[in-house]
Amino acid sequence: MKRINSRLAILGALAAATALAATAANADETTGITDKTIKIGNIMPYSGPASAYSQIAKTDAAYMKMLNDNGGVCGRQIDFISYDDGYSPPKTVEQARKLVESDQVALIFNSLGTGTNTAIQKYMNAKKTPQLFVATGASKFGDPKHFPWTMGWQPDYVSEGKIYARYLLKNIPDAKIGVLYQNDDYGKDYLNGLKQGLGDKASMIVAEQPYETSDPTVDSQMVNLKGSGANVFFNVATPKFAAQAIKKAAELGWKPTQLLNSVSNSVGAVLKPAGFEASKGVISALYLKDSQDPQWKDDEGMKKWNAFMDKYYADGDKNSSFTLYGYSVSQTLEKVLKGACDDFTHSGIMKSAASMKNVDLDLTPPGIQVNTSATDFYPLQDMQLIKFDGERWQAFGEVVSGADTQ
Amino acid sequence: MSAREEISVSAAKAPASRFGWRNWAGIGVVLVLAVLPLFLANFTIFQLTMMLIYAIAILGLNLLTGINGQFSLGHGAFYAIGAYTAAILMEDAGLAYGWTLPAAGIVCFLSGFLFGLPALRLEGIYLALATFGLAVAMPQFLKLSVIEPWTGGVQGIVITKPDAPFGLPLSQDQWLYYFTLVVGLLLYWFAVNLVSSRSGRALMAIRDNPLAARAMGVNNALYKSLAFGVSAAFTGIAGALGAIVVQFVAPDSFTFFLSVALFVGLVVGGVGWLPGALVGGAFVVFIPNVAEHFNKALAGAVYGVILILLIYLMPTGAGGLVRKVADFIGRRMKSRPDR
Repeated sequence: MKRINSRLAILGALAAATALAATAANADETTGITDKTIKIGNIMPYSGPASAYSQIAKTDAAYMKMLNDNGGVCGRQIDFISYDDGYSPPKTVEQARKLVESDQVALIFNSLGTGTNTAIQKYMNAKKTPQLFVATGASKFGDPKHFPWTMGWQPDYVSEGKIYARYLLKNIPDAKIGVLYQNDDYGKDYLNGLKQGLGDKASMIVAEQPYETSDPTVDSQMVNLKGSGANVFFNVATPKFAAQAIKKAAELGWKPTQLLNSVSNSVGAVLKPAGFEASKGVISALYLKDSQDPQWKDDEGMKKWNAFMDKYYADGDKNSSFTLYGYSVSQTLEKVLKGACDDFTHSGIMKSAASMKNVDLDLTPPGIQVNTSATDFYPLQDMQLIKFDGERWQAFGEVVSGADTQ
Repeated sequence: MSAREEISVSAAKAPASRFGWRNWAGIGVVLVLAVLPLFLANFTIFQLTMMLIYAIAILGLNLLTGINGQFSLGHGAFYAIGAYTAAILMEDAGLAYGWTLPAAGIVCFLSGFLFGLPALRLEGIYLALATFGLAVAMPQFLKLSVIEPWTGGVQGIVITKPDAPFGLPLSQDQWLYYFTLVVGLLLYWFAVNLVSSRSGRALMAIRDNPLAARAMGVNNALYKSLAFGVSAAFTGIAGALGAIVVQFVAPDSFTFFLSVALFVGLVVGGVGWLPGALVGGAFVVFIPNVAEHFNKALAGAVYGVILILLIYLMPTGAGGLVRKVADFIGRRMKSRPDR
């Protein structure tokens, strides 16, 4: 194997240099951008087990249509190309390469999933093509040092864990916390966030009970948590298990302060099956207004969203959080693009995305703003705490930040 | 990819004594495959590489189902084992990518052989169901916390893409394409020789009449388990190649849909016709894209309609179609245009 002679080595170096030059030429700063148009790619599971999420891409596409009708961004019309990956990482790689190399998009926007985005992260950064506002809460998509072309959007799970920790430190300093969490990255991100937020008070956590998605129920975990003497219950479970846990706590006669992760704060899918009586007093957090909440009935932003839905996405579901999400993330992109008009290139767009200061969105509650910097690739990190009053969520207290205190 | 080109790889299958049109067609296909990447964009080369990889996996499945008559809806699991073997060896043990292929082959041969032992008691649809269980369990199994230090859990493992060695003036995609093509041809050569050997005849005898095979002195249990092992080894090597080319493995990549896709590819290519694997691979990679092109919201439905039409029009897959056309031409003697 080591018999390569020097001539071959020189040839190799030459070839490598040519290859490097070729890659540099590939990464043209204005690929996908002309004087009249900008091409934006998107990858979404339209088929397969996660196809419910495709409402997000449909909302994104409708928003781009609205932008185009209003004159586009920086005098350019948006050409929005969305492909199906069926939530399968190898297919995501294929579609991302198709978008970048064949369709020649300027950026890939709001591609969905943790595994799927991980699969293309290295590629997108090698191609120096922005991978903006990936649709996942995993904390690893805000790493500007290693991946300067990748940015998340929604509050990540670690930040949310910190938010609850800060709430507890301030309001229940003698808390003994019992945690139920799903045994994967999603669950562990929350648990890590809670621990980081508690800092040297991490000993407040008296019990940690993991469950597997294959478990039929979480009953035994709940019995153990009650037995640990905890007076705060942190519920890091997906909707089905979260409902089981709330119900079981009530059955056991255990009445701790309950914190429920935002993944499962749907009234219809979690609190209703768990029982409204049992769910009373549960605390959670949100970063987007709830379209069902009467307090936003006359809200300007909510009115704009309603008008958008009626005109551009009439068959979309107004009760679904996906349409609110798609509208908000698209609006963030609009602001980023409009902020890059002077330097409308890949790095110009990335720079604009990394320099958002106190940006308000139509659908974020007052006080929650988008903030980024060259070292902070987590656009949304603040959340509003909410408490369930037996009928609906009520906001209480101030907005809590999940960002590390600078 | 026109079906006409694929037909040909059957060449090697024909007896060497008569160098007929099949051999020429086979050489033609190999030449076309060898020259194609010089004219195509990297992205298309990547797709063609994936096509070859799925073709290898389907070739493995074909040895089991087409030659030995055992059903499997779980070959995605062996593909996953191969992929993870390659990924772990490359990222944790620092092994060069080329060496991960034999390793993946051996690991998958053993897993396939061991799985084949208890599966001996099962026939037909019951075996299909047992293997289906394997495919469903695999993604869950890969997430187990016990093996998480190696598998990376849900996060999976990101792999570094290899460059062309010895300073060959090829892009990474072109190099991986040729690498896959050579591995594929070697495996195809191996499969063809296996089928035409004494062992191959034993495998086919078991498929056609197990009782008669036993009476002829064939050790049914051993051969059936071996068939499972060899088949799994082929699919595992394909999985390892897949991991290297995609640069990423995660449990989500190997859901039971993958097993179904391989099975569909097998049937479309033609059960028992080894060159059909190439047609099957092309189907797995390109047809979903064609379906999506028609209508994004109804991509699944379009895919289904295409599949139904294909099975209706050529119930024996591409292999059957080729045979029919060959017969037709043979009878006419005069080579009128096909159909």
